[in-house]
Amino acid sequence: MAFVAPKETYSGKVFEVTIGADKTAVFGGENVLPFYSFEGNVPHKPVIAYEIQDVPPEDWPETVKNVYEGVSGDPVTWAKYCQDKLNAQAIALRLVGTHPDRENRSSEDAAKTVKDVLSAINVPLIILGSNHIEKDSSVLVAVSEAAKGKNCIIGKAQEGNYKTIAAAAMANNHKLIAMSELDINLSKQLNILITQMGFDKERLITDPMCSALGYGLEYTYSVMERIRLAALAQNDATMQPPMLADVGMYVWKIKETQASEADLPMWGSLKERGIAWETVTAGSLLISGAEFLIMRHPEAIAAVEKFIEELM
Amino acid sequence: MLIIGEKLSIIAKRVREAMIKKDKGPIQEIAIRQWKEGSGMIDANIGPAEDGGEELMQWMVTTIQEVVPLPVCLDTTNYQAIEAGLRVHNNEWGRPLINSTSNDPERFPILELAAKYNSQVIGLTVGKGGLPADAGERAAIAAEIMARAMEYGVPLEDIYLDPLVLQIATSQDHALKVIEAIKMFQEMNDPAMKTVVGLSNISNGCPKHIRPILNKYYFIMLMNAGLTAAIADAHEMAEAMQEKKLIDDVLAGKTLADAAKMTEITKTLDVIMGKTLYAHSYLEM
Repeated sequence: MAFVAPKETYSGKVFEVTIGADKTAVFGGENVLPFYSFEGNVPHKPVIAYEIQDVPPEDWPETVKNVYEGVSGDPVTWAKYCQDKLNAQAIALRLVGTHPDRENRSSEDAAKTVKDVLSAINVPLIILGSNHIEKDSSVLVAVSEAAKGKNCIIGKAQEGNYKTIAAAAMANNHKLIAMSELDINLSKQLNILITQMGFDKERLITDPMCSALGYGLEYTYSVMERIRLAALAQNDATMQPPMLADVGMYVWKIKETQASEADLPMWGSLKERGIAWETVTAGSLLISGAEFLIMRHPEAIAAVEKFIEELM
Repeated sequence: MLIIGEKLSIIAKRVREAMIKKDKGPIQEIAIRQWKEGSGMIDANIGPAEDGGEELMQWMVTTIQEVVPLPVCLDTTNYQAIEAGLRVHNNEWGRPLINSTSNDPERFPILELAAKYNSQVIGLTVGKGGLPADAGERAAIAAEIMARAMEYGVPLEDIYLDPLVLQIATSQDHALKVIEAIKMFQEMNDPAMKTVVGLSNISNGCPKHIRPILNKYYFIMLMNAGLTAAIADAHEMAEAMQEKKLIDDVLAGKTLADAAKMTEITKTLDVIMGKTLYAHSYLEM
């Protein structure tokens, strides 16, 4: 008798999310575990967005800062470079300069930056705050309005500020990232609270909080895996939004992507090390269930895209 | 089912203040209420009680037994405080229960006290190295506690095995593992081993309005699994007994006339059994 491979079938399905107004990108929609196309339907590849900032990336390590030398002084030039030269499918603009401990840029300034970037690109835009609970709740409201009609992703709504941010994303027809801190039950709870406001669950993206290889990646991995299993096996609609892995910002702040070869010769090439670290972190989180990634280094992104091609 | 009235704990502000001031009023009021509502024993939880633990435990035992004809569950990690409590305990109302020994070597001497004072003792199935992963690990630890009890001369009939209830909000998968452990413990001796749980820990960290719901339905499931005793609020457990038939009907697949109650029970049982992921708002979904 011929061998028949056992197949797992699931009652649930991940929501399909389309972002962007001119050019669009689509992710999610699968009814199987990541890349298990032999068991069901995987209609879309994961999408990777290039991360840029509203202020020059002074705090990024050399390896990744050098790549954007000459363009990163201005977010519009930087965005166009990612779109036109690096063929970015999507761009993630992090408004880190609005943080009170940084440049403390105003909501109005942030809104202007968003408008300028949007008028220069046609790929989807993801607009991220500075991860300051109070400041984000005013900045993200202003930028949601500034980006009205562009079908962006706004983020991140957290327990402490989700009401105002979700209301603004809803009023201006954007998608929304809901972030909780590495706890599957709190992640579900935040998605419930946001949908109880009338926000459509099919417009949500879950961020269970990222971490870099060696710095708690296994926690993110396990929470993502359990979220995906709840979505598929338990058909839990609150856990069916696609998931975000915000890889770049976690990888490019750790010692392994910064320590010089002179100080630690046994660690090998600093450049290769950083790119490999971002690649491996991103690849692991794709396997655990992320459908949408935010990354920084073009070579890491190229490597992860190749990885996706091979798995699809 | 033995209910060990749980409300006399140092964690509760009112009780703590009464303990500090040695004010009998609130302690006796709570003890009487737990007794009238169906407790067969009163838990006296004085915490680690590093300073003045002996005197405090004696005061608690005599204060409770002055007004309530019940034995006391001596709940502290302080060895001397337990011994002091055992010395003044009035066995006329029943034998005391020590809470607890475990598989942690520091807790072995507790068994000496149980043997010396002819007391019953709770065997908490945890070791020194963290929490048990599943029912099997709990049973393995239980076997070690049982073997040690025999060495110390404590009859197995005097041991209550406690599988350690964990919070459903953070350790949802343990809810069923604890139920499974309760069944396994009973198989470990003939006559069956006695079992006990600290029930309300299941809902620790949950919103206030859903705590009694989780406590009650989890209690019924544990009861159906053969649980002997629970450290719990007697009032809540009396309510649980009134609702037992409804819960058993839902477990048997029947439809209740009261649709709202049916939904509440179904959703809660699904969370306990791990069929849906817990979130604080699970009842609203």
